[in-house]
Amino acid sequence: MSDKSTRIGEIVALHHHREGPLLPILNDVQAAFGCVDAEAEALIAKGLNLSRADVHGVVSFYHDYKPQADARPVVQVCRAEACKARGVEAIVAAAEAAAGARVKIETVYCLGLCSAGPAARTGDDLHIRLDAQSIAELVENA
Amino acid sequence: MTLVKISDDALARAGGADRLAAAFEAKGCEVHRVSSWGMHWLEPLVEIDGQGFGPATLADVEAILAGTSDKAIGTITEHPFIAGQVRYTFARAGKTRPLSMEDYAATGGWAGLTRARQIGSEAIVAEVTASGLRGRGGAGFPTGIKWDTVRKAPGDRKYIVCNADEGDSGTFADRALMEGDPFALIEGMAIAANAVGAQQGYIYLRSEYPDAIRKLNAALDLCADIIAPFKCEVRVGAGAYVCGEETSLLNSLEGKRGEVRAKPPLPALEGFLGSPTVVNNVLSLAAVPHILTEGGSSAYQNIGFGRSRGTMPIQLAGNIRHGGLYEIGFGVTLGQLVNDIGGGTASGRPVKAVQVGGPLGAYLHPDQFDIVFDYETYTAADALIGHGGITVFDDTADMGAMARFAMEFCAAESCGKCTPCRIGAVRGVEIIDRIRAGGRQRDGVEVLPQIHNAPKDAGREAAQEIGLLTDLCETMKFGSLCALGGFTPYPVMSALKNWPEDFTGRSSLPEVTE
Repeated sequence: MSDKSTRIGEIVALHHHREGPLLPILNDVQAAFGCVDAEAEALIAKGLNLSRADVHGVVSFYHDYKPQADARPVVQVCRAEACKARGVEAIVAAAEAAAGARVKIETVYCLGLCSAGPAARTGDDLHIRLDAQSIAELVENA
Repeated sequence: MTLVKISDDALARAGGADRLAAAFEAKGCEVHRVSSWGMHWLEPLVEIDGQGFGPATLADVEAILAGTSDKAIGTITEHPFIAGQVRYTFARAGKTRPLSMEDYAATGGWAGLTRARQIGSEAIVAEVTASGLRGRGGAGFPTGIKWDTVRKAPGDRKYIVCNADEGDSGTFADRALMEGDPFALIEGMAIAANAVGAQQGYIYLRSEYPDAIRKLNAALDLCADIIAPFKCEVRVGAGAYVCGEETSLLNSLEGKRGEVRAKPPLPALEGFLGSPTVVNNVLSLAAVPHILTEGGSSAYQNIGFGRSRGTMPIQLAGNIRHGGLYEIGFGVTLGQLVNDIGGGTASGRPVKAVQVGGPLGAYLHPDQFDIVFDYETYTAADALIGHGGITVFDDTADMGAMARFAMEFCAAESCGKCTPCRIGAVRGVEIIDRIRAGGRQRDGVEVLPQIHNAPKDAGREAAQEIGLLTDLCETMKFGSLCALGGFTPYPVMSALKNWPEDFTGRSSLPEVTE
């Protein structure tokens, strides 16, 4: 067995006893491999005695699961109403210019920092009160 | 040794609180990481002997310790932002260390659960009902009635599910509570479990809140013995806004697509895995320990306005000078919240619009500032309180663009189960684009004049497109299965009603050439 199938088998076994184990399993697989691809879907389906279609339906529903791993660092920029009110749209161009092809800029709807936007997230680090210069620095250091 | 209090709330940390704490420790101070007072424009806020300094940076450390800092704001509890509040749900904000069992017990923690165990399930439900507590998640359904339904429902296995999927822009009270006072939420769930006879609880939490996930998991480990035999665990979502809708959330929790379920059956009768389930918001559950400690007919019932009892944690967000969390009894006016408490816009420009209740809430005009915070009053004004979020926009905001965004958001986040939401939102974006472009131009595609209101040969003028948008919004409002499609018309139509020039005034009508 490949390393990947072994690891996925372990993740399935870890959560198998839980009520509604699929999302915890998918969260762990996404965290371990950076994606939930077709191979992972098939392995999880087998482990939970579900059809591949069942698992794919769930995987494709949620924004957090990616079909392919992307090695680039990710900067999540909040572009919901409160951050829009604080001018996030005007500084997104600065982030994109700094990102180029090296960094992935993702949109999220709300990091819960609505009183001190514009806000962004890199990994588990949060950033507030961004302007064109600080968001560019954030992207460059990602 | 000087005791320095600095918040470990995610917002304070994002503002540099960790570095600040390390700097004070390096100076030989004892640092306590407490919850946030909610004065977010002052975060990171440093507290020494009750005196506040903020927003503090590393450069301020020496001056703060020397007593010469220009960041001093005086005694925190006397600050007008704090002094004017009535805090029940956030009584511990700023005062306790979130994961300290000692601090929690010393501030009345677990007293509600102890009393709940003494008086038994029927009496617990009676007290919650008497308190007038309504769901703080948006719909405002009476909590006691929901609990009573679950209590009386037949079934060996029952569940308490905390809906912590707060995804509304402009709201962060759930996050603040989970990070600042996690035991209060857990105690509320344990009381609910006692009330209805549930064995298992789940906190369904969004993946966008990494700090809250960590804190709740740590808190659950610490207090497992106290809440036993009730068991509770955190479940993390996967980035789907619609999972904040309770039946979507239950599907997601079961490991399915987060599609909305048709009601009935009510989750109270057939919820998680088909069993009777209490689904409550974070703030509703966190309000419960206080009600049980004090007695339902006392303090909580005596605060509020009309049929909206108790306090509402209001979140001041967006372009506002004094952004943060403000807990007060119902009945305060919108103008007081925005101008007096919030201090107007952060940019110093005039207020143009205020969105109340998150992305599905109406945009209110400053002319409506005398509207009173109360579920019924807002409903009568074609608006909603929702989760108590208030997002302020200054006069640079383009309300046509915001209306378009509301439709775009609905299209992106629709679960797809019902047509008015799935397709209506996509069409809504298109119509708003056409209105803003001055109407639909003749392009040979539109050939259904008997169904649509378009003259066959002349395209549609902006006014006709507005009629179509209005019609579409009516269909979404009354034809959608859940609030996502059903409430998206609120921001769209309120923006259209209050600022029509932002839809039609930005470009002239294009000529139809032939």
